[in-house]
Amino acid sequence: MDAMLHISTLHYLVLGAALFLLGVIGVLTRRNVVIVLMSIELILNAVNLNLVAFSRYWQGIHGPSALHGQVFAIFVITDAAAEAAVGLGILIAFFRNKETVNVDEVNLLKW
Amino acid sequence: MHGFLQYIQSYLDSDKTPGGAGNIFWATVYILLVFAGLSVAVIAMNWLERKILAHMQVRLGPMRVGPHGLLQPIADAIKLLLKEDIIPAEADALVFWIAPFIVVLAAFTVFVVVPFGPTHAITDMNIGILFMLGVSSLSVLGIVTAGWASNSHYPLIGALRSSAQMVSYEVAMGLAVVSVILMTSLGPEGGTLSMIGIVQAQQAQGEWFIFKFFPLGLVGFFIFAIAMVAETNRAPFDLPEAESELTAGFHTEYSGFRWSLFFLAEYSAMIAVSSIAVTLWLGGWLRPFPNALTGPTWDLVFSLFPGITFLLLAVMCFYNTARMPKHPLFRVQTMGLAGFGVVLALIGLILFIPAVRVRVTDIYWFAAKVGAFMYLYIWYRGTFPRYRFDQLMKVGWKVLLPTGLVLLILTALVGMRTELWAELQGVWRP
Amino acid sequence: MNPPVATPFFFYLLAATMIAGGILVITRKNAVHSAMALITTLLAQAGLYLMLYAPFVAGVQIILYAGGIMVLFLFVIMLISIERAEKERQFNKQWLVGIVAAGALGGLFIAVYTTTTKGKILFPEGQLTYGETQNTQAIGSLLFDRGAGQYMFAFEIASLLLLVAIIGAVVMAKKRI
Repeated sequence: MDAMLHISTLHYLVLGAALFLLGVIGVLTRRNVVIVLMSIELILNAVNLNLVAFSRYWQGIHGPSALHGQVFAIFVITDAAAEAAVGLGILIAFFRNKETVNVDEVNLLKW
Repeated sequence: MHGFLQYIQSYLDSDKTPGGAGNIFWATVYILLVFAGLSVAVIAMNWLERKILAHMQVRLGPMRVGPHGLLQPIADAIKLLLKEDIIPAEADALVFWIAPFIVVLAAFTVFVVVPFGPTHAITDMNIGILFMLGVSSLSVLGIVTAGWASNSHYPLIGALRSSAQMVSYEVAMGLAVVSVILMTSLGPEGGTLSMIGIVQAQQAQGEWFIFKFFPLGLVGFFIFAIAMVAETNRAPFDLPEAESELTAGFHTEYSGFRWSLFFLAEYSAMIAVSSIAVTLWLGGWLRPFPNALTGPTWDLVFSLFPGITFLLLAVMCFYNTARMPKHPLFRVQTMGLAGFGVVLALIGLILFIPAVRVRVTDIYWFAAKVGAFMYLYIWYRGTFPRYRFDQLMKVGWKVLLPTGLVLLILTALVGMRTELWAELQGVWRP
Repeated sequence: MNPPVATPFFFYLLAATMIAGGILVITRKNAVHSAMALITTLLAQAGLYLMLYAPFVAGVQIILYAGGIMVLFLFVIMLISIERAEKERQFNKQWLVGIVAAGALGGLFIAVYTTTTKGKILFPEGQLTYGETQNTQAIGSLLFDRGAGQYMFAFEIASLLLLVAIIGAVVMAKKRI
């Protein structure tokens, strides 16, 4: 019970792992491209949560200015923005050509 | 009872915000006060906008409900609450239901960090301005989902326009804000994002940031002042709800209570962005000329302003009471107006009591500056024709964004002047 | 600095919101519903960042993720019609394989987090006794400072990445170049 009530880094890691799994399931099983992209966002956020939790853990050891995890999280958010912009651009091009948003109908090169 | 009064006294004299002191009771009281104040401000804005617009167009505006239509907003509110709440059959009911609440939540949450005075804020955050910009940008989510959930053409077009518009102008707005944050880093305290910290930086540097590095501060202020009109979807940038093209834009399908939530959110968002502008460029709660006109005499003169304002309003009421038609049908209205004047005069007299006067001055100056912005909003609506959408995008991306970038670089250069100079000399001297 | 209030309560509340949001994201038929669930998840995560004394990351999360990226998602969902997509099959043919693979990954996570060395879990909690007042400044100096700025180069690369992304998005979404 005490382990439940005292929130430690491990709690955040478990939450991050759960979110990561949800994202992975979404990416592997959904057909709709938009939802696949959103699941990728979930994965990135799970990673971010871990990074920030580790940053706090690291701060406890190395002092208040050991914020490397948070800086990494900011870089991950930047990359997520770039990924979303390009991904949605591809999605629009795809929709214009095929009139569908399902990933398994991207089969022009398949024969 | 005495203990209770002392408790209140101790908090009135405290030098911390309720959030900073960690006192949940006072935080709740402040939240309720801010909420009540905002509601009153929105009601007053409703009446003032109709009256001022009417007078700009040589009309009278609402005159029937109460003297000079003073009770019109209340009548409107009752009408809206009694109306049937319609959810269109083809609409996505859940999203349709949630959307107005997103907009209202975003518009009201922002006020958590607005500093009405050095201690008169619900809390002071380390990331205050970032929080304000972020949360106020969430209202676009509500607008987009409202337009989509209505499952109708006009709302959808309105929602798409509004999201494109708000996202584009956020960029210019952010650049103008960053230039102010650079200015705060010049003071002895170092740079800060906290709203209270920004006003204190202006106090410490002895000038409002609108006059800092003339004309850089002024340019930044103008960029923000244009972007904030676009952010709140007001005339001349009210394309998402352009009546002549889209009936009412994203809230075409809404009626009754839900529509009034959008209305409430729009006006409180206007107050929110105006208070950002006031805090960042116009010195927040600082009174005018804090350095030129110093000394106890000037302090006294400036602290009399709140009372004088209310007395002037009361005099206006009494003047109009005297001008009311003398016909017996108008007796109740005349008495009502006179009574309103008496209430205003009483408030004015209370504001002259020294103990009240000292504590109200900050809030008064903040509210006065925000009020000036509110008048500007109405004035814009009365004078400017609506932009076309391509013109709107052109202004945002081709004028405001480059100007903001140049402004940011220039502010950084001017701010680093001495250091840069020393470095250049170091490079040139072998 | 005030001690945090009711940390376990808020942690479990936000965690439950995030998990529920995540489940809704991957199960809804309607992409807009998914997007709104994702927004809820992201906002709850911003709350968790605040609890981890990372206010700047929380602010960036709200302003960039919830206010920027998700608006882009909603915008695109509204541009492409999804009326038909709702009536189609939602999961692809290899969904069983996907779930098995995810389950294996979950097993790996559990194995790592329950591993004990000398009777202790891998990640004990460090002590943290200071406030968040200088968080933004510290991140700024890590990114930009001359002495301590270790991430200056990475920052420039990130700006290059964004430039490439802008050009890529425009090229992809334009009808004719």
